[in-house]
Amino acid sequence: MKQIVIISGKGGTGKTVITGAFAALAKNKVMADCDVDAADLHLLLKPQIKERHTFKSGATAFINKELCTQCGKCVEVCRFDAISKDFVIDSVSCEGCAFCSFACPVNAITMEENVSGEWFISDTRFGSMVHAKLGIAEENSGKLVSLVRQRAKKIAEDEKSDWIIIDGSPGIGCPVIASLGGVNCALVVTEPTLSGLHDADRVIKVAKHFGVPTKLVINKYDLNLEMTKNIEQYCQDNNIQLIGKIGFDKAVVEAMVEGKTIIEYTDGKAKREISEMWDRVEKDIH
Amino acid sequence: MIIAVASGKGGTGKTTVAVNLALSNSNTQLSDCDVEEPNAHIFIKPKIKNKELISIPVPEVDKSKCDGCGRCQEVCAYNAIAVVNKKVLIFPELCHGCGSCGYFCPQHAIKEINKEIGSVEIGKRDNLLFVHGKLNIGEAMSPPLIKAVKKHVNPARVNIIDAPPGTSCPVITSIEGSDFCLLVTEPTPFGLNDLILAVEVLRKLDIPFGVVINRSDLGDKKTDDYCSQENIPVLMRIPFKREIASAYSKGISIVEAFPEYKKDFQELLDNISKMAKQNNRR
Repeated sequence: MKQIVIISGKGGTGKTVITGAFAALAKNKVMADCDVDAADLHLLLKPQIKERHTFKSGATAFINKELCTQCGKCVEVCRFDAISKDFVIDSVSCEGCAFCSFACPVNAITMEENVSGEWFISDTRFGSMVHAKLGIAEENSGKLVSLVRQRAKKIAEDEKSDWIIIDGSPGIGCPVIASLGGVNCALVVTEPTLSGLHDADRVIKVAKHFGVPTKLVINKYDLNLEMTKNIEQYCQDNNIQLIGKIGFDKAVVEAMVEGKTIIEYTDGKAKREISEMWDRVEKDIH
Repeated sequence: MIIAVASGKGGTGKTTVAVNLALSNSNTQLSDCDVEEPNAHIFIKPKIKNKELISIPVPEVDKSKCDGCGRCQEVCAYNAIAVVNKKVLIFPELCHGCGSCGYFCPQHAIKEINKEIGSVEIGKRDNLLFVHGKLNIGEAMSPPLIKAVKKHVNPARVNIIDAPPGTSCPVITSIEGSDFCLLVTEPTPFGLNDLILAVEVLRKLDIPFGVVINRSDLGDKKTDDYCSQENIPVLMRIPFKREIASAYSKGISIVEAFPEYKKDFQELLDNISKMAKQNNRR
């Protein structure tokens, strides 16, 4: 079984469109949407939820007013400015470290576990999918990503799948790092812009830092052929395989509006280029 | 005044809107809080004058004092400390720097050392003041760095904050304390889905907000319908133009490539100022 994660550094370069297309093209696979704080893959794959679980993670401090003597110890030790002068906890700033609850001389502070989101196991027309929804303004997205991946792996083992196809999140921080561990390949999707290359370079460095093999695809490459050339040169200089180039195609947005993957929607340019790329992925990733 | 520019979905045009707003007024400061992937500098090309290295405190154990009692492991909420056979193992990447372990160590064997997570660079271009943060490769936690960028917010200026995508901690840290938030979206199902999430965040934080629809002529009408149903003001529409996309790809802002847009961004800023003031009076 092989795992591929689709990441980009910069947002909006086409991760989910490509993940959706791979879901339609790959034969024996499980999908995992690891962009847990702004998940979109469900809009293309329309999962039928079979199992729904709450995601509990972290804790928030609560002060029992009746026990509190207002000594101020908690305010003094908190490094996140989460306790006001009149002893009210700001639940957004509270990091759940529990320092205050240990330091309180009269045990007036308890830590209450947060429900930080939900995760799901679903059926789609292309196979099983594990996905999640992080609660609004919640933390620990990395932990939720790890959980989604564990579950997807278990299903893939049970179903003897050949592939786990993982939709990643933008950026280079906690959820991205959690989505990279132990994959066979990180496919970095970029666009022919200075920002696209700048951000792809940073996320490729992160993947290298964690020893993950990377390949690059340029989406909408024909919007700036000169930048595309620069990115091709970048790939050569850094010894990164350029595994595909996808042209700008209005059918991509039209398919999205219809709730379909590009593979199901047209026989146009983008479909052909993505299909050819998938063939190379199957051949080249071990 | 502090105006945050956020989005939910990535790649909708946050940096474009933030940069063009900043360039349309003579008294602005632009703070790029997307420290994982900062891009505003590509368009602003500021002269960087100062650089600060940003660190978070992580524990270090003095083995000569430690008796392996395990109290540090007990008080650590992040599993960043494990005590095995009376030996203390520390996992700095899990540490949130709360300081609890050092405070409770009965042997006073823990001191804090600084671990660098990134840098803040401060500069300017003409009248525009510029600050951004850059997270070091391999670091997971951006909020302390975002806070370090926001320390430079200048009360005498109109502050524009370029926020990262998403809805979790880095976004909250970036937009908290703003007087107004602009949500940049595109009229596609992905854009709308993530806009709805971003709206929930702003309602929870109680920050007034409005929407900018980028590439307004692509996709469908559902974003407009949603905004009018929810009474959310659509403050600007930017059509998809190959020339705008082409300027963007080379790191050129809209107002530099097409000066006629400057007026629109000035008007947008005026509208935001009015709405923020109205809200403060409320």
